[in-house]
Amino acid sequence: MFRKYFHITLLIALVIVSLAFIGDNKYFTITKDDVKLEFPKDFPKPIYTFKDNTPTPEGFTLGRKLFFDPILSKDSSISCGFCHQRIAAFAHIDHPISHGINGLLGKRNVPPLQNLIWEKEYMWDGGVNNLEVQPISPITNPVEMNEDMEQVIKKLQRNKEYSTMFKLAFGDSMITSQKLLRALAQFTGLMVSSNSRYDKYVRHEDTLSRTELNGLKLFRDNCAQCHKEPLFTDNTYRNVGFAYDTSFKDSGRIRITGDKKDFMKFRVPSLRNIEMTYPYMHDGRFHTLKQVLDHYTNIDASAKGLDPILVKGINLTEGQKTDIIAFLKALTDKTFLYDRRFVDPNFVR
Amino acid sequence: MFRKVFHILVSIAVLVAAMSFIAKPHSTFTIHFNNYVGNEILELDSTTYKNALGQTYTVSKFKYYIGNISLKNKNGKEFNSSEYFLVNEEDPPSKQITLANVPDGDYTSISFMLGVDSMHNCSGAQEGALDPINAMFWAWNTGYIFLKMEGKSSLSKSPGNLLEFHIGGYKAPYNCIRTITLTLSKNTIVGDKSASINIKTDLSELFKTPTIIDFSKLSSVTDFHNATTIANNYSDMFSIH
Repeated sequence: MFRKYFHITLLIALVIVSLAFIGDNKYFTITKDDVKLEFPKDFPKPIYTFKDNTPTPEGFTLGRKLFFDPILSKDSSISCGFCHQRIAAFAHIDHPISHGINGLLGKRNVPPLQNLIWEKEYMWDGGVNNLEVQPISPITNPVEMNEDMEQVIKKLQRNKEYSTMFKLAFGDSMITSQKLLRALAQFTGLMVSSNSRYDKYVRHEDTLSRTELNGLKLFRDNCAQCHKEPLFTDNTYRNVGFAYDTSFKDSGRIRITGDKKDFMKFRVPSLRNIEMTYPYMHDGRFHTLKQVLDHYTNIDASAKGLDPILVKGINLTEGQKTDIIAFLKALTDKTFLYDRRFVDPNFVR
Repeated sequence: MFRKVFHILVSIAVLVAAMSFIAKPHSTFTIHFNNYVGNEILELDSTTYKNALGQTYTVSKFKYYIGNISLKNKNGKEFNSSEYFLVNEEDPPSKQITLANVPDGDYTSISFMLGVDSMHNCSGAQEGALDPINAMFWAWNTGYIFLKMEGKSSLSKSPGNLLEFHIGGYKAPYNCIRTITLTLSKNTIVGDKSASINIKTDLSELFKTPTIIDFSKLSSVTDFHNATTIANNYSDMFSIH
């Protein structure tokens, strides 16, 4: 008899304990410490300074909700997070190009989202000039989310949860595009990757293997002029010798500047978390890092508009390529990839 | 004796203080933008117009940004407003701009900018007239559309015979910001009764001086690289009437 009671009591206790675990959402709670503006010491000064938009736990939480909410697209099918996957440093794993609303395909490879506040322009062609206005491009693009900003705001205004969250974040439940865009900038602006094994090596907190160190040396001799440390980009646009693709009809930065010198120029992307952001290049044409390096060692010097830096080509043996790739994988930042602040709370629920 | 002098002094002080309050009264100043095509009042969709080449067209949309309004009085003193306004034919109240707190005086000229300055094109999410929900914003190549005219012409080779002139661009050599200065026909007194002026905006000027636009050759401008021709044309689109 006692035994029976004991069993029942134990069962009840177990249920209560497990309920307490399920109910505990501290994992997703954003605190003041989570939104502190503290940047790596060896990084330059940020370009986006959060002026008039100091991150708050409420603003960041709102930005997170918006980022993962398909309400921003015309038929509520596509969210930002649909193409920007956290585990790929917010690139789109295994998608050379991505499919938006109604399965329509874009023209360019989804870039990762990391260290955005150090970029002076956004997109492969640098067409967007401020982090806050960047989301308008995917939201309104007919092959991405295909919604107009006025409709987005109307939909959010009809949603009670959002009016509460906007009020908490901005002290005013009137939902405007400026508040929407600023909340998103709080969320994406805090995506900082600075804790890879490479970073820890630079800070004398970790070591790299002999192969990785050799790769780093080769990288510095052959690649770092454009992929400049510590951000692994010099924020310029360059022509790396790709022919104009008549199916994509994408001539790169010339569309933005109207300057013939910018024909087939695309941004120099950061190489941080490159292991996770495959496939590579502006159109996702290469699946592996080896293919990327093979391109640079077999470059056609006569390609129209080829960047002067690449005219002489890059000489690397197969063994050296292996070492460079080993080094590039030391740029994978698990602290960033598994950062709980950027996990979609609805995904787990 | 002292007391009397003291009283007089106090009265003078009070009077001076009161006068300084009264001396600088402020009033409202209203600008009506009246959209025309030549000498006819613009009617959206229903009326057919002719350009300088006799090509017929209709207008379905006409809107533009006005900013940095400045009023100059006869002593050369300026009143400046840093506000932006979107004048939209579809939205009649938007065609009436009211400036509050304009110091009373005798104003002889007005100047304003058609467009949006570089700072507001570069510094992130804006609000009010500059809110991107107004669909006057290029998302893929950041910048405001300063003026949007849409319509139809049977000569247009665009799909659906559409005319679409989306004019903007704040960077040289594609800068489409134009500053317009107009002399007020008779000196405009802001005072007892608040002043108002009427500005005529002649849409037909988009396709005239200095460059005559042939709709069979140019029916669509949707980025700033081809926009300066139209911007040069819109410089003389405004007049006081």
